[in-house]
Amino acid sequence: MVEPLQKPARRTPLQRTRRQALPPVIRSRSGMLLTKAAAEGRFALQRCRDCGTFCYPAHDACPVCLSVELALEDAPTGGLVVSETTVRVPADVYFKERAPWRVALVKLDCGPVVLAHLHAGCGEGDRVTMSLQLDKAGLAAAFARPANIPPDAADDPQWREMTASPKFRRALVTDGRTAVGRATAAALAAAGATVHVGIAEPWKPFDGEALPQSCEIVPLDVTDERSVRDLAADIGGKVDILVNTAEYARPGGLLDRRGTGTIRSEIEHNYLGLVHLAQTFGPAMRGRGADGIDSAAAWVNLFSVYALANWPAYGTFSAVEAACLSLSHCLRAEMRPGGIRVINFFTGPLDTEWFQTVPPPKVAPQTLAKAIVSALDRGIEDVFVGDVAEDVRRRLQANPKALEHELARQGNGQAGQ
Amino acid sequence: MPKPASPRTPYDGVVIAAPVTIPYERYSIESAHWWIARALRALAETSGISARDFDGFCLSSFTVGPDTAIGLTQHLGLSVRWLDHIPLGGASAIAALRRAARAVQARDCDVVACVGGDTNHVDSFRRTLENFSRFSQDAVYPYGAGGANASFALIARHYMNRFGVRREDLGRIAVAQRANALRNPNALMKTPLTLEQYMAARPIADPIHLYDCVMPCAGAEAFLVMREETAASAGIKGARILGSIERHNARLDDVVQNHGGWVADIDDLYAMAGVGPDRMDFVQTYDDYPVIVMMQLEDLGFCRKGEGAAFVQQHDLTIDGTFPHNTSGGQLSAGQAGAAGAYLGVTEAVRQVLGTAGPTQVPGARVGLASGFGMINYDRGLSSGAVILAGES
Repeated sequence: MVEPLQKPARRTPLQRTRRQALPPVIRSRSGMLLTKAAAEGRFALQRCRDCGTFCYPAHDACPVCLSVELALEDAPTGGLVVSETTVRVPADVYFKERAPWRVALVKLDCGPVVLAHLHAGCGEGDRVTMSLQLDKAGLAAAFARPANIPPDAADDPQWREMTASPKFRRALVTDGRTAVGRATAAALAAAGATVHVGIAEPWKPFDGEALPQSCEIVPLDVTDERSVRDLAADIGGKVDILVNTAEYARPGGLLDRRGTGTIRSEIEHNYLGLVHLAQTFGPAMRGRGADGIDSAAAWVNLFSVYALANWPAYGTFSAVEAACLSLSHCLRAEMRPGGIRVINFFTGPLDTEWFQTVPPPKVAPQTLAKAIVSALDRGIEDVFVGDVAEDVRRRLQANPKALEHELARQGNGQAGQ
Repeated sequence: MPKPASPRTPYDGVVIAAPVTIPYERYSIESAHWWIARALRALAETSGISARDFDGFCLSSFTVGPDTAIGLTQHLGLSVRWLDHIPLGGASAIAALRRAARAVQARDCDVVACVGGDTNHVDSFRRTLENFSRFSQDAVYPYGAGGANASFALIARHYMNRFGVRREDLGRIAVAQRANALRNPNALMKTPLTLEQYMAARPIADPIHLYDCVMPCAGAEAFLVMREETAASAGIKGARILGSIERHNARLDDVVQNHGGWVADIDDLYAMAGVGPDRMDFVQTYDDYPVIVMMQLEDLGFCRKGEGAAFVQQHDLTIDGTFPHNTSGGQLSAGQAGAAGAYLGVTEAVRQVLGTAGPTQVPGARVGLASGFGMINYDRGLSSGAVILAGES
């Protein structure tokens, strides 16, 4: 059974911080299909378009009919543990440091036998629920959990390796002045994290009452390199989860605007804000990926879904979001050796002042905050929140050119646009 | 035990001669090429046939990369008209002798040197695991990196539960092999092993404990395959091949492997040989783990499926026992020198039927069986093979 997690003791400064070793990283290109599914939190396997056989491990051709038409398809998650073992002497550094490590053969209801990481709450002969997780190397890992997931299930040490659960971790929410920032801080605190909330220009009025009492307010202006550096010097070594809630979105495109003032502000808040945070907090987090129960675990970016396809009504903002998205892939690559997950959220227009005139559906800040905690708990990497984001994702996948025209026609709801 | 006649062409006129073993070392700083060269030289010295007259070459090695058999022809100065490289792990030696036998029988060549050899550097074992197969890279190694120990642990646990096998039963196999190894000067394990020690060993990947595991090492094993008249003119003796089988990725409906591929072909093996399992004077199974030995005893027809535990309880598996088994000590006690592990049972079987096994000789052995098993590509061993050998008629 699962040993409940104990609140971690204070660190001994005399001990070297354990460096992050990564689990094995070699995968076939077909195998990376499963990583695509895992990043989105789906349990999907290759399935033969011709004969319907589910294939595992990743194949390049169907072993039943030799068709090469194998598509990634959501698969039933049920299975039965047919054998298990506890690996006590692994050949690789990552697992050696974490041994004993349990794995099992699971006969899936949909056919294949899968070698999976095994949750402490289940064993041979048990029905299990399968999922594809991202391991510390960011690669797909089949995971078997009890069919009825028990309380404290998230405390299983093997499961915790695949997730970024806020429990007992310390979080920094970079901007408490946004509705999303306040909702996120509250949600993280409720999930068991100690939360720091950044406030820019502290002389301006701020309603601290809106935050749970346990949250600590810290001065932080992401557009100001010095402010970011000062805060990192103070708390950079104990930020385990960073959620960048700073945002600056203004309606408008190119031709009907004069000057570059608004555009510069969008760049400063969104793009350079990310740069400042990454350069100051990133290295310390990367160095602490394997630092015990409250190790550094995740970096969360909140993007507009229009980072993926420009919405001319918010044309320059969309462009900056695209730049931020590209930068996040750089950040992800550089954080990976430290085992830090970079989670990107894609949302439609938020139900906030700067999207006031945009018609519904819009994403409520509380909905986004809940999705953030859920993504940390599940350890996923790419998350679409809300109906608009999902709609754009699907349209983009189906026909990017059609989406380009559709977005061009879609105003922001304001008269005269 | 009446047998249906086999429709296959017998291996008439073919012999396996000059079995050689290059004594193993736990770790070596030399290359696989070095070990293979020593085996070829030993073949020439043992047979009196110059290596220049080896016109066939068949190689198995995990650590010879980036080379394969062809690279070694130039490196080692061989000029051959028949060449094979067999990457079948523990089934390599059976496959090698089968192919070589047909080549010399059909006169495509006259003398085939079959070699299994590997080095063992400090990090070679992990590297072999890491790069073993595509399925392994995608779906096995990232799951705890337990290597063969974990893969066989999953098979062993399922098998033990299914058939009520206890660790004590598997221990009898390991303990008897250690007793045999103490008579083999080349075995790496030099101290006796008791059942109590076996049971008290530290767990590696439950239910696999320390003495269920082979010790990876460097070494080489080899033999020559030729026609009888070639052997006669060289003045050497060889073992005859009465029957053989091999099978890869057998279509079995085991969810977890309970059978090796032998079950698909076992009737053919004994039909071709014209003798049944009761006629074997000794058996050399592929013993990467005792559980695989037990599975083989069943699948090769020495007892029924599920009766392996009772079989080992009722038999003494030592050289002087009622069922002489893995008389060299096997890989469990002699060491596993990579692909040479596949050859170990075959070279020992040839010596036994020729009466040249020395301290490990089973008195009066005339007919015996050697088997091979290999390639856990994903969740099960894919390759299996077996051969029945006899001394001179």
